[in-house]
Amino acid sequence: MPETTSFAAALPEIILAAGAMGLLMLGAFGFSDGEKSDRAGWTAILILFAAGVALLGQTGTERVFNDAFISDPFARFVKLLVLAGSATAILLSFDDLRRAKADRYELPVLILLATVGMLMMVSAGDLLALYLGLELQSLALYVLAAFRRDDVRSSEAGMKYFVLGALSSGMLLYGASLLYGFSGTTSFAGLAQAASAPGAATNLGLIAGLVFLLVGLAFKISAVPFHMWTPDVYEGAPTPVTAFFAAAPKLAAMALLARVLFDGFGGLFVQWQKIVIFIAIASMLLGAFAAIGQTNIKRLMAYSSIGHVGFALVGVAAGSAAGIEGLLIYLAIYLVMTLGAFACILAMRRENGPVEEIDELAGLAETNLPMAFILAMLLLSLAGVPPLAGFFAKFYVFAAAMKAELYGLAIIGMLTSVVSLFYYLRIVKVMFFDDAKPGFSATAPYVRFVMIAAGLFVLLYAVYPAPLVEAATAAAKSLSL
Amino acid sequence: MNDLLTDYLPLAVFIGVALAIGGALMIAPFLVAVRNPDPEKVSAYECGFNAFDDARMKFDVRFYLVSILFIIFDLEIAFLFPWAVAFGDIGLYGFWSMMLFLGVLTVGFIYEWRTGALEWD
Repeated sequence: MPETTSFAAALPEIILAAGAMGLLMLGAFGFSDGEKSDRAGWTAILILFAAGVALLGQTGTERVFNDAFISDPFARFVKLLVLAGSATAILLSFDDLRRAKADRYELPVLILLATVGMLMMVSAGDLLALYLGLELQSLALYVLAAFRRDDVRSSEAGMKYFVLGALSSGMLLYGASLLYGFSGTTSFAGLAQAASAPGAATNLGLIAGLVFLLVGLAFKISAVPFHMWTPDVYEGAPTPVTAFFAAAPKLAAMALLARVLFDGFGGLFVQWQKIVIFIAIASMLLGAFAAIGQTNIKRLMAYSSIGHVGFALVGVAAGSAAGIEGLLIYLAIYLVMTLGAFACILAMRRENGPVEEIDELAGLAETNLPMAFILAMLLLSLAGVPPLAGFFAKFYVFAAAMKAELYGLAIIGMLTSVVSLFYYLRIVKVMFFDDAKPGFSATAPYVRFVMIAAGLFVLLYAVYPAPLVEAATAAAKSLSL
Repeated sequence: MNDLLTDYLPLAVFIGVALAIGGALMIAPFLVAVRNPDPEKVSAYECGFNAFDDARMKFDVRFYLVSILFIIFDLEIAFLFPWAVAFGDIGLYGFWSMMLFLGVLTVGFIYEWRTGALEWD
């Protein structure tokens, strides 16, 4: 029987899971109808906050439940980001869903459940824990994508996401079963032994299992060539939900990928490095070129996020502590930029509802200069223009790639980054130089708050980058390299 | 590695034979069968009267809901059996693990009851 300390290591997850179920019951019995979803949302944010406090109370590295659950600085760093991303997504959802008459208390509950899954993924030390976390997250996300069930596009997004997600889960499970069959263990520590044993590099079963596992995870982070679902789902899902998709789950899946590869398959580095380099290059290229033709800003953000996954994977491909550090910094900055950009997208709303076409932003600098300025800063940061935060994100991963002598990868990355600058700048041009369209209606206070906070972070990160860099350095040490 | 693959040889043979027989039975009718279709022969057969409508019709989503609920509780039973068999060995920890699982399931059940998912109209 596990000791109580085992449960203490999983306290944030326990708080979230119990909180989600309590909130579901409160929703079913407690809240009066009027402000139901608002109160549920605030309660959920409170629960996320409590989980964050419990998380900050943890120190050191603990491996509990037969190594299936790992609580270390790396996990805590990503978990904090995930919690922040989830809370912000809830904050962004209030106004939009109320106006769409889809303000149901189930949304915060589903976000909480997805967050439990994400925290599980980040802490997974075993293939089964990995799969459980991933599925808990995915199932909640499928429902979230189809949250506006009377809306055809939203239902379509949910259906597509579900079918393709089930396919990728199947591949991942197949890979896990191969790995178990050829190594006799499901724990990452055991897999690491099998992967560094002599002859592992020629063990086809092990390699095939690793490849299938990577396919499943690449789908979850929407890396090319497993990205097909992303634009449709991002476009169809309600915008606050898309903001959530682009932020938290991607971070969790990325952290999971890094942990599996480094902790589980350090011995097969030469083998998986090639795969990671390929999907990184493919993602960066597709993210840069496919976004050029987009007219819908949510689709554009989908391609942008595919490109960013490619950039973040450069850090993984470097295979060094500097690479992981770069990956973590990248994820943190990407989270802020994405949430800020989606806050701006949520602010694109006229009398008769939200608008999503890029042309609708025309002349925003005349009608709403502060918003145009913030959005321009966020977009330039996404493109990686110095001295904005996005530049530093890219700088760390590319520096790590150069140190690992992956010159080709770094050069392709920088070139695609220049290409992507084109479509970000096109939006800036539309906002500042095109003839003005009628202004947007007043932005909800929380959306404006997220927008301004993200804008300030992106602008001022260069002034005081030390805390984030130090935290990432400390967190990167906990993976075995 | 080779020993392992040899173990699977009968399986490969079996799949091969199955493919050969299945394929032969599917292709043979095209080659040898007498075909003489008329409208009555190819129309859908429905117990002596003309078909009312197409078989591919919309049906109420509530059937789907009920079947999903059925599957959940079906799986619960499937989970309870090994637990009950191993109950002597797993001790108090095993007992409370299952109670927790049942608790979670009950929360979901209460939710669907309260939201009216079990009402037919």
